[in-house]
Amino acid sequence: MTLKRAFWAVGLLSLIPLTIGLYLRLTTGHQLANYGSIVPWGLWVAQYIFFIGLSAGSFLLSSLVYVFGVKRFEPIGRLAVFIAIVSLLLALFTIWMDIGHLERFWEVFAYPNFTSPMAWMIWLYTTYFILLVVEFWLLMRRDLVVARSLPGWRGLAARIAALGARADSDESLAADMRKVKVLATIGVPLAIMFHGGVGALFGVLASRPYWHSGLFPIIFLVSALASGGALLTVTSAVFQEGWREHRQMILDLGRIVLGLLLLDALFQFSEILVGLYGSQPGYLASLSLALAGPYWYVFWIGQIGIGLLIPVAILATPLGRDPRFVTLACAAVVVGFVGVRLNIVIPGMSAEEITGLSRAVDDPRFRTDYFPSAFEWLITFGIGGLGLILIGLGEVFLPLSSHLPASTQAA
Amino acid sequence: MDLIQLSSRRDFLKHAAVGAVAASVVVHEAVDAATTPARKHHWGMVIDTKRCVGCEACVIACKLENKTPPGVFYTVVTREPLPGGGNDRPVFMTKPCFHCEEPPCVPVCPVGATYKRSSDGIVVIDYDRCIGCRYCIAACPYGARSFDFGDDYELSPAAGDTVSPEYKQYRVRTPEGSPVGNVRKCTFCLHLQDEKGEYDKEAGRWPACAKTCPGHAIHFGDLADPESDVSRLLKERNAVRLKEELGTDPSVYYLL
Repeated sequence: MTLKRAFWAVGLLSLIPLTIGLYLRLTTGHQLANYGSIVPWGLWVAQYIFFIGLSAGSFLLSSLVYVFGVKRFEPIGRLAVFIAIVSLLLALFTIWMDIGHLERFWEVFAYPNFTSPMAWMIWLYTTYFILLVVEFWLLMRRDLVVARSLPGWRGLAARIAALGARADSDESLAADMRKVKVLATIGVPLAIMFHGGVGALFGVLASRPYWHSGLFPIIFLVSALASGGALLTVTSAVFQEGWREHRQMILDLGRIVLGLLLLDALFQFSEILVGLYGSQPGYLASLSLALAGPYWYVFWIGQIGIGLLIPVAILATPLGRDPRFVTLACAAVVVGFVGVRLNIVIPGMSAEEITGLSRAVDDPRFRTDYFPSAFEWLITFGIGGLGLILIGLGEVFLPLSSHLPASTQAA
Repeated sequence: MDLIQLSSRRDFLKHAAVGAVAASVVVHEAVDAATTPARKHHWGMVIDTKRCVGCEACVIACKLENKTPPGVFYTVVTREPLPGGGNDRPVFMTKPCFHCEEPPCVPVCPVGATYKRSSDGIVVIDYDRCIGCRYCIAACPYGARSFDFGDDYELSPAAGDTVSPEYKQYRVRTPEGSPVGNVRKCTFCLHLQDEKGEYDKEAGRWPACAKTCPGHAIHFGDLADPESDVSRLLKERNAVRLKEELGTDPSVYYLL
């Protein structure tokens, strides 16, 4: 209970920075942000790929239930799809704040340029979003039909959300699940394409040696699965009383996260070691910024310490047999992957493309060092907290964890 | 009888569909060919590093010509000390946009707001289309693009009084209207071209940096014209281009 209360407190408090941040964003545009023309993408872009990774990751894990029929993960199936929707919305909200002209977002649909990986990504995740919403509605449909008979506004909300569906028999549920299986099956390659596409968005840029690697889209996918799985575990533990109710499932999830984490580390180290041996100046410049630059702690403490060593130390030892420690390890993974995302975006741009470029003019927008401004942190924490609120609301108002009993309510 | 009619109707529809697709492709290409002006020029620069004294007059001239705000630079001068030379005789390099023949910034734009002009190869930005995602800044290997954050010089006239002649659009600067929130870059001062797309050095309709350079280090002209200054210099002297290994084929050369 206390965990839930803390969850709500953090979520509601974050509405304050979100309001201030949005007000400043709408009145002053990008003036208060600390990124510039040398490091054009900052905290928000890192946050965007963090959230979009969580979305792809939890959706792909939900396919264990809905495509491959793994029964023991059933309790988190609907939660996973819901988290995929929420984190996708947060990611889109963040990147919407980041573009220069908020009012022109529709142009990406009206005037797409399909030689751009960004255009592909936008169209793929629009398709993915529609698929997620339809799949989620199908997963909730029978419960909505059942909830129609609830008194007051809950029943009214259910009547509206049910969109006229009335069948609440077990056969109709089975029919729903068949449709869900089709959608989820289509969703798997879609999620792989769009999140691989986010990695490709960075990877295709020959101008940035730190990103320009065929491993990039693959690393994005594996990190998405690891961080998404970790978030699912934490959410299940917090909201479903997972460490008591679904003890074995939490332990199994922990093992999956461990495997994905180690696979991710393997890819990351391969990428770093190959680049280090090749010693291409542009690559080395970015790598040394990440490892030994002014923000070395994001790599060593955030990414390696919190994101890798602590969770592995828990999950790969007897501690990994205690659901509470597994939850802790997964929380560490989620936090540590913020560092992973920051270390992809910032060092890749902080290395000068032309020697002396940042010294050529004395201007705060022409600097290689970047640290997010208070304004950027306000939006970041605000949107993060908004996510907690949305997940909390979903858990309170939607039967994410268990089906409503059909017989008693329908009577 | 019915079956035959049905199948022939289906065949007809199928053929009609294929025909329509083929026709639309042909029409699309024809419209493209008719509306895309043929290449008339290949504007480029040849910059003589031996003549550059690093005075940065080009940077100032560019700022005055294009009325760029703080943080937006269409050209900068880098200073690279020679090995062992210290501050003695460093190599100065003025660096405008290179207007690459294969510009990596163009294909990545999600809305096609930045493109290479087919008539003269100048890489431009449609301020009314650009959403300000800054992917092109990430894709440019030369740091030639700036984001307009909406900052203004303190001592310059009130923001509403600044009018930039860029793209012959004469936009009045306002706190939120384009080009604030857009990516901006060097245009080779294309607003100084006449209606036919020609520059005139004698009349002063010439890129501001090249016009101003006191050491005559910046040469501008048509790289496709073998008689132009720039073509002649490239024949006579040793020139390099930056990061040729990326296959961008820049239109700006440096003489050593």
